[in-house]
Amino acid sequence: MSKTYHLTTPLSDETVSKLNSGDIVYLSGILYTARDAAHKRLVDLLDEGKELPFDVKGAVIYFVGPTPPKPGDPIGSAGPTTSYRMDSYSPRLIAEGLKGMIGKGKRNKDVTDACQEHKAIYFGATGGAGALLGKQIKSSEVIAYEELGPEAVRKLEVVDFPVTVINDTFGEDLYQIGRAQYEVK
Amino acid sequence: MREIRYEEIVKNVRDIIVYSASNLPEDALNAMKAAYENEKSPVSREVLKQLLENADIASSEARPLCQDTGLAVFFVKIGADVKVIGGLLKDAINEGTEKGYVEGYLRASTCHPFTRANNKDTVGYNLPAIIHLDIVEGDKIDIEYAAKGGGSENVSRARVFPPSAGKQGVIDYVRECISDAGPNPCPPLTVGVGIGGTFEKAVISSKHALFRNIGSVNEDPEMAELEDTIKLELNKLGIGTMGMGGTETILSVHIESNPCHIASLPVSVNVQCHSSRHTHITI
Repeated sequence: MSKTYHLTTPLSDETVSKLNSGDIVYLSGILYTARDAAHKRLVDLLDEGKELPFDVKGAVIYFVGPTPPKPGDPIGSAGPTTSYRMDSYSPRLIAEGLKGMIGKGKRNKDVTDACQEHKAIYFGATGGAGALLGKQIKSSEVIAYEELGPEAVRKLEVVDFPVTVINDTFGEDLYQIGRAQYEVK
Repeated sequence: MREIRYEEIVKNVRDIIVYSASNLPEDALNAMKAAYENEKSPVSREVLKQLLENADIASSEARPLCQDTGLAVFFVKIGADVKVIGGLLKDAINEGTEKGYVEGYLRASTCHPFTRANNKDTVGYNLPAIIHLDIVEGDKIDIEYAAKGGGSENVSRARVFPPSAGKQGVIDYVRECISDAGPNPCPPLTVGVGIGGTFEKAVISSKHALFRNIGSVNEDPEMAELEDTIKLELNKLGIGTMGMGGTETILSVHIESNPCHIASLPVSVNVQCHSSRHTHITI
């Protein structure tokens, strides 16, 4: 049975261990944005033994490249991008203490294994609900890689940002569970 | 000969781009409402509700429906009796595209294929537009436009089959494509299927099929029947809205077919997410 939680970042091992695939979570606090290009740079920094532009311990990364804000708005439309493009980078960040990722679409086994081993959650946000999700973002500040434009790393302050647990710390996958229920063989 | 000013084309293109980004066309909106009514999965229903709410917010507050405001794709038919005054038609479409994306606060998503450097400071803001041009009878310019997002484009595919593959081969190929794609292309989907022609003709036909209004009936009865068959097959996959599991995975299947070489059966599948931002104007 799906449960609903209101959680504030950063997330602890204890908190993420409570969550099950299918649970609905309203996240408040700080999210960091990163897409493919930024992920590559973050992992390169780790390989070089350098510090990341934000503290990854307990952090939640949102896979998003928002539209430019209109004058007076903190951000434009800001829904999730497809997550598999980050699959080759996410396990490394999870091993460093990343506790949550928000995106849409399937993750590979390396990512879901890392979620189990190091206790992290893959959350799904509704793809194509950019106008609605953008309204839950109260402030936005570019903290790294400004030259990447929409792919820059941003620090977002969110209130009740709606997400669903896709992959939990127990190896469950909502996409598989949901589809199996309605598939006609 | 009718003269149409370059600036008039620029303005029309700019306006449809800005409008389309935040207003889901009526056919797509109706299809989404129908999906919400028919969906059996409570989780998918909840997500559909969120998407209908998103469409409301986008339209009433003039915010982009989705942050992926796409690459601008055009199918343009220019009448043989039209003379464009003050510049080239293609340049006017590109200029209108850039104006629309800049002035509408839309995302610039074009980049170099390998360096991934964004085109906005070099080629132009979200340029170049993808333009398919045709010359027809008459004294008008007919413009079909869609903002094509990356997620659904990434799962699209094409293959040239031997003729023996037949109709069943086409059905199996489309099913495999949508099944493998799962949640990634943002279902519920419109599926464009290009059949026949040459390799590239099939691909372009599958793209153009996505511009047809959802719910419209194929003029070719055989293809209309095949569209229904494929839709039923695809909905059996159980993917549901955003892959959460459900009965309503497909809003519509659109086929465009062409005569082909005696040795080949080209098939292309081009996928469109639920945010089917397309429009059609005549100048």
